[in-house]
Amino acid sequence: MIRRFIACGLLAPMALSAQAAFDRTKPPTLPSAPSLVLPTVTTSRLANGISMQVVPQREVPLVQVTLTVAGGSRLDAAEPGLASFAARMLTESAGGKDVNAIQSELAFLGATLSSNATWDLFIVSLNVPKRSLGAALDLLADVVQRPTFSSADVRRQRELRAAAILQQRDRPGALAALAFNSLVFPSGHPYHDPPDGDSVSTARLDSARVRTFYSRAYVPARARFIVVGDIAASEASELIGARFGGWTATGAPLTIAPVSVAPVENGALKVFLIDKPGAAQSILSIGGPGVSRTSADYPALVVMNTLLGESFSSRLNANLRETKGYTYGISSRFGWAPTPNAFRVQSGVRTDVTDSSLIEIFKELRSMQNAPVDAVELARAKAYVALAVPGNFETNGQIAGQLADLQTFGLPLASVSAFIARVNGVTAADVQRVAKKYLPASRATVVVVGDLAKVRAGIEALQLGTITVLDAAVVGR
Amino acid sequence: MLAGAQAARLRVPFSIDTLPNGLTLIVHEDHSVPIVTTNVWFHVGSGDEKVGRTGFAHLFEHLMFMGSQHAEYPQFDRLLEAAGANNNGSTTEDRTNYYEAGPSSSLRLMLWLEADRLGWLLPTMDKPKVDLQRDVVKNERRQNYENQPYGLVGDVAPKLMYPAGHPCSWPVIGSMADLSAASVEDVKDFFRTYYAPNNATLVVAGDVSTAEVRALVREYFTEIPRGPAITRPTPPAFTVRDTAVTLEDRVQLPRLYLNWHAVKSTAADAPALQVAGYILAGARTSRLTQALVYGGEIATSVQAYSDAKRLDGDFNVVATARPGQALDTLQTVIDQQLEQLAAAGPTSRELDQARNAIEASFLRSIQTVSGKADQLNEYYYQTGNPDGFQDDLDKLRAVSTADIQRVIRTYLQGPRVMISVVPQGKPALAATKKRVTQ
Repeated sequence: MIRRFIACGLLAPMALSAQAAFDRTKPPTLPSAPSLVLPTVTTSRLANGISMQVVPQREVPLVQVTLTVAGGSRLDAAEPGLASFAARMLTESAGGKDVNAIQSELAFLGATLSSNATWDLFIVSLNVPKRSLGAALDLLADVVQRPTFSSADVRRQRELRAAAILQQRDRPGALAALAFNSLVFPSGHPYHDPPDGDSVSTARLDSARVRTFYSRAYVPARARFIVVGDIAASEASELIGARFGGWTATGAPLTIAPVSVAPVENGALKVFLIDKPGAAQSILSIGGPGVSRTSADYPALVVMNTLLGESFSSRLNANLRETKGYTYGISSRFGWAPTPNAFRVQSGVRTDVTDSSLIEIFKELRSMQNAPVDAVELARAKAYVALAVPGNFETNGQIAGQLADLQTFGLPLASVSAFIARVNGVTAADVQRVAKKYLPASRATVVVVGDLAKVRAGIEALQLGTITVLDAAVVGR
Repeated sequence: MLAGAQAARLRVPFSIDTLPNGLTLIVHEDHSVPIVTTNVWFHVGSGDEKVGRTGFAHLFEHLMFMGSQHAEYPQFDRLLEAAGANNNGSTTEDRTNYYEAGPSSSLRLMLWLEADRLGWLLPTMDKPKVDLQRDVVKNERRQNYENQPYGLVGDVAPKLMYPAGHPCSWPVIGSMADLSAASVEDVKDFFRTYYAPNNATLVVAGDVSTAEVRALVREYFTEIPRGPAITRPTPPAFTVRDTAVTLEDRVQLPRLYLNWHAVKSTAADAPALQVAGYILAGARTSRLTQALVYGGEIATSVQAYSDAKRLDGDFNVVATARPGQALDTLQTVIDQQLEQLAAAGPTSRELDQARNAIEASFLRSIQTVSGKADQLNEYYYQTGNPDGFQDDLDKLRAVSTADIQRVIRTYLQGPRVMISVVPQGKPALAATKKRVTQ
């Protein structure tokens, strides 16, 4: 249960400082915050041009190796779920070894290996104790360059995926997200279909289809390595160069086409209901099209969203959880991706206050737009964002994740410092301006998953906009 | 390497001392990143609750964020956020923890806030605060139990496993009725008994100076008075009886829960049960994972784990059937696998794999100051030695083939609680078959 979602060394002699006497009644004065120290990154290239970034971190004898390949689920085109399925199939049989041999060897080496697709990237992530690095890299090379995609492996994983898709219907939060994305992003937009596909597209997956996709999607010229941990740049270069320097394309690369389909901009608010008889809560998903992270408004949006629904003391959480007691938690977020994802407010609220919760959420969205934020609240949100940045570079995995994230947006490492400076420069007028420009207070898409026999009348009485009932079996198809 | 070679010994250097009021302070310096975390453990959990007040320890945890005399609500969160720090807390059967994490500059604020709510919580405590967080906790229960597929198992399993009145016989979240019954007087009594410096340990970890931390902690905490001696519950010895229960839920696929009574976390057999969990379902090639999911193809997933608590413990296997499969089929295969493992034991390769995988997971666990801080507190509570990382790992690495065979025979072939969760209207999918005893 958590509150939210969610040998002695020699000691220096204790020094009692000559500071002013301690006064318990006032918060202590704090020293100035430590400045950001960015990791030192060594960049090099393998023989075939694959770029590599290395960050030596000697604290723990572990090495994180992250391989990214531009592409990801946006290459799905007419076959929803193909990219993420191909990505997950990499860690099955490969290089003439069967899947059990590979998985047993990985575990024996103390390694974890995962392969996934985001909307924009394929990511293969290896984490391994330093002493097993070479043997683990041999397996990584097999998995990335020589996957088998045997029909037995594909059939087995296809059936497991079909079962997982079926189980989405059990989870109201999953249904709300599926419905929301299919409504905000029209057919033809990469975010319209679920990244794991649906039961129909899953049934079509076979080894030939997956192999062809792999050969055209995992393009060495689009690959980059990020290595963080107990290793020197030269050693990383040598170990990875020997295994990946000869990796060449096997198929004609799929084009990473710009997204030409625009998200749905509602003229007015639209409500969509999904029935979950007997539900103890109603799941709310409220929002609309998002914003590009490379927008000049990005820092102001981050600050605005922090005080709207990101931090614990944000307005939405302070109101719906801490004042009204409607929910265990509520949050709002922008999906930052090269193709802007959505802005979405999300919460599970008590069934009997579903309508009241909608009232309060829209009240908070409008209030962000209608009045400037006060100076104390603004300063708090800015500090919360800016001062937390150094803590994002603690573990090997975090550092690799930060570097991969920057790559995704084509941003240099120095942009992290620039972001802090820009956050510190955000004004109350900026916050209000971006709230007016981007929060869909009067044209949101509203999805409610709950016990409609109990909540529908209350929602109708609000007269928010048109109401459409969706079938859970179709949404979670 | 590989099987034999061990990494350098794990070491998390610390200093420890105790204030006159009984507060234990553990400091770990790690200057790699300019961050700090404070992590307080109160040695009270749901196992200390009274019958009729289940869920109280966790409800109380929520109230610790509702303001204190010099930092009135909602200053706790607001001040920390303004310093770039975040915070949270959690409750288990054994303990309640509270932590803050942020830039190293926020250290004094974290300590000041922790001291204020340890020393001056009650002056601002009132019924509206209790009522509000009671509602929030009920929402938490709705979100994580009632509105989750299979969520009600968490409610049912403890009371089927443990006899009435046993401190592990109710869920940490408690019942709606007991949450409704909690009063401001309960809050005050609980605070006076358990929220005293002599029942707390404070770990400060990160980019700090031990001397400075010690001085600040003395300054902020010394005047908080020691609390009364605490009587700990003593769990009664018991033997679980074979029990089969079927629950119908709004789920697509049936799921089988097999729960055995096992051992508490400090028992000699605890490490072997933990390794047994790995050998059964910790990796893709583990016994049950193969037999049920990838080889047998009758389940979509399986987990096996030892849930060893401070006062008692249980071992659980949870498997979800593939479409069209009945839970008796899963039950039969699980029992066959346990039988085989008990009879022949794991191969040396399986044991080596488990040892290496567990060792690597220890390395991963010491990557963050927050992770180290919580673990220092845990080891201190369990063993009296905060830097118990290597000892813990050594015990796990020492588990032998014979140990695995013994714990399977001793704990996982005896009476058990079997819970079938089936889709509504499909009770025929439930497991009902009597276990074949050898």
